[in-house]
Amino acid sequence: MRGFYILLAAVGIGGAAWLVYAARPKPAERPAPTTPVPAAPASGFTGYTLGSDSAPVHITVYSDFQCPYCASFVTVQMPEVRAQLINTGKVQFRFRPFPLPSHQHSQIAALAAECAGEQGKFWEMHDQLFYNQNQWAQTRNPSGKFRDFARTIGLDSERYDACIDSKRYAGRVEESRQEGIAAGVDATPKFYFDGGRFNGFPTSDLFKTVVDSMIMVKVRKR
Amino acid sequence: MRLRQAIAVLALAGVFVSLYLWLHKLGVIGVLQCGTGGCDTVQASRYADFLGLPVALYGVVGYGVLFAVSLGAVQQAHAPRRRLDTVLAVLASLGFAFTLYLTGVELFVIHAICRWCVASAVIITAIAVLSLLQLRRRP
Repeated sequence: MRGFYILLAAVGIGGAAWLVYAARPKPAERPAPTTPVPAAPASGFTGYTLGSDSAPVHITVYSDFQCPYCASFVTVQMPEVRAQLINTGKVQFRFRPFPLPSHQHSQIAALAAECAGEQGKFWEMHDQLFYNQNQWAQTRNPSGKFRDFARTIGLDSERYDACIDSKRYAGRVEESRQEGIAAGVDATPKFYFDGGRFNGFPTSDLFKTVVDSMIMVKVRKR
Repeated sequence: MRLRQAIAVLALAGVFVSLYLWLHKLGVIGVLQCGTGGCDTVQASRYADFLGLPVALYGVVGYGVLFAVSLGAVQQAHAPRRRLDTVLAVLASLGFAFTLYLTGVELFVIHAICRWCVASAVIITAIAVLSLLQLRRRP
């Protein structure tokens, strides 16, 4: 009987220690890049946006194109967020890439989106990547699929290929990731409302409630 | 008695596995340690919720009850009580049936395998086998 309780205690202590270890904050987790990252353009680029600059509330999302939760947000919640908050002028929505180290294709997906952005079609590629995530996330090499997306949204293929090959936006993606780490991003998608971290479950209904209350407070302060 | 003890140890391990997945669902644990990469796919699917609650929460409660009952059953005072064996066998069979459903969903609907779900499946299968063996034992 004593052996049983010792075994039980070992499982209990081991399990608890493992959970504490798994839940520890890891703001700087990221392996060293295997290829040199081109110097960041340091152009002050702060991400692609939807909505008016003069919108009363600014939402920033740190997101990973290979993250299923991010895809779920984009496909399920984002249409309502666009209709109720962005198109109505209440919110400006900013996207910041935050490729997680656990997702092997996140980096190249972020570059594909930036290269589409170079041709003025960031959000079109953003939607292609998220809506079709199940077509590329588990593949060995998603480059061909990304090229298909580029053609679908009408990008100049040669310019797109040259952009991907040069990795010229790797620095910009890394800047964004570092900015996220500094802001305390530990999982994706992570939302910030006017710079304040949003800790609830990201649904369009909750977003609308929060945004409306923030606008009400701002109106009262005037 | 040995079988009841083994069930208690396995149930406690099951509590931690499902607690890990539940804490991830709550956002306490950021990234799941998952070699296949299928954990995120499974956890983000609509099958990760059942009747409005996270499947992992059912695991925490289910394994918790199995652990409590089996821990009670290993006490000397309860050694002769066959009813506890019946309760354990019924609970384990329910858990096993639910796991069969979830594994089927992973294989044939989501087409992704989560190693933590596999770990839980192995644990509940072992508990079900042990509880049935215990039930068949003569008093």
